Amino acid sequence: MTVKEIADRLKLKAVCAEENTERTVTGCYIGDLLSLVMSKAQSGDAWITIQGNINVPAVASLTDCAMVIIAENMQLDSAALSRAKQEGIPVYTSEKSAFDLACGIKECL
Amino acid sequence: MADTMKLHYTVDADDFTVAGEASGAVKKVLKQLGFSSDIIRKVAVAMYECEINMVIHADGGVIDVEITPEKIRMIHSDKGPGIKDIEKAMQEGFSTADEKVRELGFGAGMGLPNMKRYTDEMNITTKIGEGTVVDMTVYVK
Repeated sequence: MTVKEIADRLKLKAVCAEENTERTVTGCYIGDLLSLVMSKAQSGDAWITIQGNINVPAVASLTDCAMVIIAENMQLDSAALSRAKQEGIPVYTSEKSAFDLACGIKECL
Repeated sequence: MADTMKLHYTVDADDFTVAGEASGAVKKVLKQLGFSSDIIRKVAVAMYECEINMVIHADGGVIDVEITPEKIRMIHSDKGPGIKDIEKAMQEGFSTADEKVRELGFGAGMGLPNMKRYTDEMNITTKIGEGTVVDMTVYVK
């Protein structure tokens, strides 16, 4: 399923969804410690986190994640938003927990 | 060697907003040169970890990158406080980062281990009070 289709299915709120929303999501990773995310997240993953700082789009880009979902209604700060736009990383937020989001994504894969 | 590409970057101290710019730029260059995504990921993650370390622990520094068809070498030099105990610093989970850094998602004690994991060669030269040089190479196999 594509980024956009997953966003629709899970009722995610788009924060940065101007580019790369037709990309297919192939997996999912949950993590907030960025070094761990960098060593474990795979290309094409939907990355679920509660972090919303400037380093999030950088890590998503380096690991080639298909999308970032910020759980528990946490927000992306403005510096991070402009970096996400610059890198073309789709970012969404949700009031759901990381667990609920991951369960929803599993059904989409 | 004629086909060596040399790149140079400056990393500012205490500025997370620019951390990742050098690794992001190198990633783009490697992509344009047609390196595999596996090689690009290794180089980009190792460089990013090192950049973040320079921002957190040192007063910034400089990065020199040499790209040939056979290998990518990244030399990170800073004038920071130096690493007291390299063996300890290489252990996963060991970190001297403060609370502010941890809130940003770093300080998990994975930086140096990640750099080692993602590179084929890694040499650290450090002197207390003078600085650290992290020299890493990824071979293109």
